[in-house]
Amino acid sequence: MVKLPIYMDNHATTPVDPRVVEAMLPYFTTKFGNAASRNHSFGWEAEEAVDLARNQIAAIIGGKSKEIIFTSGATESDNLAIKGVVEFYKEKGNHIVTCVTEHKAVLDSCRTLERQGKATVTYLPVDKYGMVDPEDVRKAITDKTVLISIMYANNEIGTIHPVREIGKIAKEKGVIFHCDAVQAVGKIPVNAEADGIDLLAMSGHKIYGPKGVGALWVRSKGPRVRLTPIIDGGGHERGMRSGTLNVPGIVGFGKACEIARAEMAEEAVRLSGLRNRLQAGLFERLDEIYLNGHPTERLPGNLNLSFAYVEGESLLMGINDVAVSSGSACTSATLEPSYVIRALGIDEELAHSSIRFGLGRFNTEEDVDYVTERVTKEVRRLRDMSPLYEMAREGIDLKSVHWKAE
Amino acid sequence: MAYSDKVLDHYNNPRNVGSFSKEDPDIGTGVVGAPECGDVMKLQLKINDRGVIEDARFKTFGCGSAIASSSYVTELVKGKHIDEAIAIKNTVIVKELNLPPVKIHCSVLAEDAIKAAIGDWKKRKGVAQADDPKGEPSRAATGSGE
Repeated sequence: MVKLPIYMDNHATTPVDPRVVEAMLPYFTTKFGNAASRNHSFGWEAEEAVDLARNQIAAIIGGKSKEIIFTSGATESDNLAIKGVVEFYKEKGNHIVTCVTEHKAVLDSCRTLERQGKATVTYLPVDKYGMVDPEDVRKAITDKTVLISIMYANNEIGTIHPVREIGKIAKEKGVIFHCDAVQAVGKIPVNAEADGIDLLAMSGHKIYGPKGVGALWVRSKGPRVRLTPIIDGGGHERGMRSGTLNVPGIVGFGKACEIARAEMAEEAVRLSGLRNRLQAGLFERLDEIYLNGHPTERLPGNLNLSFAYVEGESLLMGINDVAVSSGSACTSATLEPSYVIRALGIDEELAHSSIRFGLGRFNTEEDVDYVTERVTKEVRRLRDMSPLYEMAREGIDLKSVHWKAE
Repeated sequence: MAYSDKVLDHYNNPRNVGSFSKEDPDIGTGVVGAPECGDVMKLQLKINDRGVIEDARFKTFGCGSAIASSSYVTELVKGKHIDEAIAIKNTVIVKELNLPPVKIHCSVLAEDAIKAAIGDWKKRKGVAQADDPKGEPSRAATGSGE
């Protein structure tokens, strides 16, 4: 029996795994020490727990534990990486290379630096699958370039970028490479060392850990990456991020990494199986649906589809016992359809019709089958109500219509 | 965002969904909005020789509030004279459906759809636009306001 409502929005956040909660609990009550208290057992206990977490987190990305800087989450990690590098290396240059489908934490950090006159930024385009071309990265690099910031995998369409090739180019050109790896860590193998990444942002709550904790991995050798902190204070985290450590959160984040690392291989197979089942089920039942993102270079749990002639928010409303998200303008705060979907160069109408399914650890085959039926039924109902579907059925080319709204 | 009960009701049980034949001389058809804006409303009104709206049908591509706005409008205009219907303001729709500020454009689109449909009927009947009591042309071109 399927349990409702179904949560299938695991790119937005994930529930905390009960094993993670269990690991965290003592650090709220009995083991509540400040990890920076050097002179009593409460502090030592907390520090020990933080050190364990550092190891667990470093292990999942192939880094060293002392290279982990704890933050409040990946947004802070991205801000620290980008603003910290630009500030520290300002004598060397002021140019950043990034890409149009990056997370807002990256794009808006870049925009702030542009506005402040501290950096110039090249926003690389992506291909129709949402992938950046490493050669474009190479061509964009100038003698003023101090940072490349390209994400590992996209949060909306799941496309996995050719990170290792970009890392190679970065090394060749001697440019620091920051990678927002929030959606990739714990889902697919990530090895910061081998991938040639210099700064790597990650988050606890996307991998069944708690919210409010994240990390920035900062390469210490080959090259040693330096940052100017954006938060000043007691000099925690080797001076790069002051503030009392969120010990329970860090413990949970560490435990979440340990679990994800142990289960990743098996879980990735299971999740892509579920995702493929959902995709096949919907394509079998409905015509004129389109896959957004890369057909193969894609996160295992991600499926992003556009249902032509149906507006995304209205579809979400119809499947109200299923939690997914939409690239529709109506679901965003800005009233603009998803900039990620639009960057793929598809029709604007299809951006309004896009739905992101994010499968996760707690989804089952029953969930997938329920969602398949529910979405099919609702898309059919809404198409019966859609003037665009009617016009298309009558053989009218929607592109030839002179819409009066312009 | 939570939807009002009335929006949910119209979304789940839309009134007067469908199409009339465009060939029927008594039918006025208004299509407003644009796919790239995420809203397209088609409103059709069956208007008798006395200018009274006898029936209405709609089809809408858009969010739940757009669907609800058009569904409500089909109920609202039925039985009204076109002079009365053309004077309907979007604020009536906002109030009835309890639309939040970000959804006001849905009500504007529905208002435009009424004007476009009546304008179309007048054109087909050969009624000069100047006969419009307020001299107001069809505002179909104003679209969703996005």
